[in-house]
Amino acid sequence: MVPSNNKRTVFQGLKVADFCWVGVGPIVGRVLADFGATVIRVESETRPDPLRTMPPFKDNKPGLNRSVFYTGPNCNKRSIALNLADPRAREIAKKLIAWADVMGESFGPGVMERWGFSYEEVIKINPNIVYFSTSMQGSTGPHKEFRGFGLHMAALAGMYEILGWPDLDPVGPYGAFADFVAWLWLRVVVLAAIDYKRRTGKGQYIDLSQLETCLHFLGPLLLDYFVNNRQAERLGNADPYYCPHGVFPCMGEENWIAIAIQNEGEWETFCEILGRPDWSRDPKFASFIGRKANETELNSYIAEWTKRFDAFFLMGLLQSRGIAAGVVLRPSQLDRDPQLETRGWRVVLDHPEIGPHSYRTTGSNFSKMSPCFWRAAPLLGQDTEWVLKEVLSYSDEEVEELRRIGALK
Amino acid sequence: MLDLTDEKGLLAARILADLGAEVIKIEKPGGDEARRIGPFFKDEAHPERSLFWFAFCMNKKSITLDITKREGRDILRRLSQRADFLFESFPPGYMKSLDLGYEELSALNKRLIYVSISPFGQWGPYREFKAPDLVVWALSGFLFLCGNPARPPVRFSFPLAYLMASGEAAIGALLALHFRSITGEGQWVDVSAQHVCTWPTMDALAFWEILGKDQIRAGSDRWRTMPRGEIRMRLVYPCRDGHVLLYIWGGKMCEASNLALHRWMEEEGEDLSPLKGTGWPLLDPAEIEPSNYEKIVDLASHFLGKFTKKELYQQAIMRGIMLVPISTIWDVCRNEHLEQRGFWHDVHHEELRATIRYPGPWARLSETPLERWERAPLIGEHNNEIYLEELRMSPEELSYLLKLGVI
Repeated sequence: MVPSNNKRTVFQGLKVADFCWVGVGPIVGRVLADFGATVIRVESETRPDPLRTMPPFKDNKPGLNRSVFYTGPNCNKRSIALNLADPRAREIAKKLIAWADVMGESFGPGVMERWGFSYEEVIKINPNIVYFSTSMQGSTGPHKEFRGFGLHMAALAGMYEILGWPDLDPVGPYGAFADFVAWLWLRVVVLAAIDYKRRTGKGQYIDLSQLETCLHFLGPLLLDYFVNNRQAERLGNADPYYCPHGVFPCMGEENWIAIAIQNEGEWETFCEILGRPDWSRDPKFASFIGRKANETELNSYIAEWTKRFDAFFLMGLLQSRGIAAGVVLRPSQLDRDPQLETRGWRVVLDHPEIGPHSYRTTGSNFSKMSPCFWRAAPLLGQDTEWVLKEVLSYSDEEVEELRRIGALK
Repeated sequence: MLDLTDEKGLLAARILADLGAEVIKIEKPGGDEARRIGPFFKDEAHPERSLFWFAFCMNKKSITLDITKREGRDILRRLSQRADFLFESFPPGYMKSLDLGYEELSALNKRLIYVSISPFGQWGPYREFKAPDLVVWALSGFLFLCGNPARPPVRFSFPLAYLMASGEAAIGALLALHFRSITGEGQWVDVSAQHVCTWPTMDALAFWEILGKDQIRAGSDRWRTMPRGEIRMRLVYPCRDGHVLLYIWGGKMCEASNLALHRWMEEEGEDLSPLKGTGWPLLDPAEIEPSNYEKIVDLASHFLGKFTKKELYQQAIMRGIMLVPISTIWDVCRNEHLEQRGFWHDVHHEELRATIRYPGPWARLSETPLERWERAPLIGEHNNEIYLEELRMSPEELSYLLKLGVI
């Protein structure tokens, strides 16, 4: 739906200390910030968020404030720079934790403990805080210390093994796929914990393993192994229930269309559109079983036909006849997709170093509320003074002194 | 919670059921279509044996109800008067055509949170388009980025797009719940699978927006646009019994991993002379020549090829190298860490006289732990409980509805 213009913000007044970094953790603060919470990212130039060091960079020039990989999960937030190796900086962090309703971290097991910010320590100063901790494999178990990114967890979860062609090596999904799975579950559980706190006043500790959330996406495959001793394998674009089912070339270079025939009625219609009504009577292709047995041959015929068309034209033609088809959009085409545009899927915000660029909403539109986008992702430490003075009531002199001794970097 | 979804939304209410919600799955008489999705228990194709259903309907109750019949619609209205949430994944406009749309049901219960999951959302030019998993991935921009250069783009061999949408639906439902806590009002949540599935393209879209460059699939490698040129980042390496994923890059985290790998190669007597002048084991992605990066990953590949997945992962854990095995399902189900963390959970299915192992709690909560392990319901298993006890129907009424084919 067209998003509502209602700016009533559901998390107005909610205070969040966001010690998270990289992908999964920061998205929680992002969704809370979108709906009105005050979210303070605790960062440091001595150990910058890895996303700040990853391309793409504005003008292809690396710099801690130039990565557009970093910006996505971090708009609408404040940033304070604290060198937590310094005890004076840890004092500040402690005050921030005392201030917060919710805190989160994603450094990996042991790191917060070393700084004195384990859940056990934190509840001494803030007994009802919602404290979430997310890591690759959770805070217990023999491999808890493993450091890596979302692509490692996608591989460990079995997701690489089932993406690719049966006769070739696994290729795996683009990007740090596990991040995009884990951060769904993490937002759910934190939103639920905040609801629980709203009703009971009680906070709690949440430990989320990114690996384990991915396994819930593969539930039926795991059950199939445990029950039937069967292992899922790479199928290319084939599907156990639909045929034809594949990605076919269209006119031009690297233009593709995805087509999925979901039942016999659609198959007959498809044969008519192809100008081959005889196929729906040909014993080779008439039944699903026949088509599966001759799938490679059939796909090559379809590819010969699709090549003659513009991908967008063909999508319109097939969809108008009730056939599931979609252009395989490249990023530049996604950038101007009319359907996403209708949903108001992103807004442009001006970033002090990167300039105007877009930030997307998460995928739900609401009839009575909408996310409030008020600023681009922060520069590293952009709000250090603001946080110290406005939130924690430090004086000008104290801030000066903290800066001098190197606590604020 | 009333769950009227098909396979496009079953996971959404399952997630909230795990958190304690009372979810009633509303199935058509004879059982939902999603029960026909395999794999099946002991390979017996049967609506009470679908492992797909088992996985995504755990902790729910089931009633049967034909909402295309007038009597069925009346019952759904009565149920929705008592509900906090309703989830549905019919084609946009279908519920409205039955007078069961958001407007109609919210008029009866202004606190109702009505969550619709669809391929593209409830409005817009693609609203009527059909989109099973493959088509969603295509139009989300993700498919274009996956696969070998010499072949067409390729999807996951298991449908994940609507699981992404279901996760988002659970989030949207809870955001609406927070809104209701403040205002007392429910609302309509409109989830688009396409919209959700654009997220894994996050950096690719940024490459286009900032540098005017379309990323393209490169097998398991990734192109990284850096000041000294395009670096072809290698991620997947063959080893003796399969493949591993190793991440060689710069920055604090990766440097520690590079150093650890370097030390191990030295200890094993690997000839590191080809890397002279590349800067290795230090690696600054902003400064490195793409050809030097090639030399590093080539040597790493030679080294890793001597070991098994298990040997490599053991060393990676011990030494802090950013390497994992490309796990098969077999590997996953025997993962030592998951075993020791007590991840798996055995659930008894009395009807099957079997105990089935399931993925366990997806988060560990100190105050409200996820401890619910009720197997997925049988078709209409809770008809008596809901119709007789909750809605206080008489047995005569129920048998009449059965005769009519409504339940």
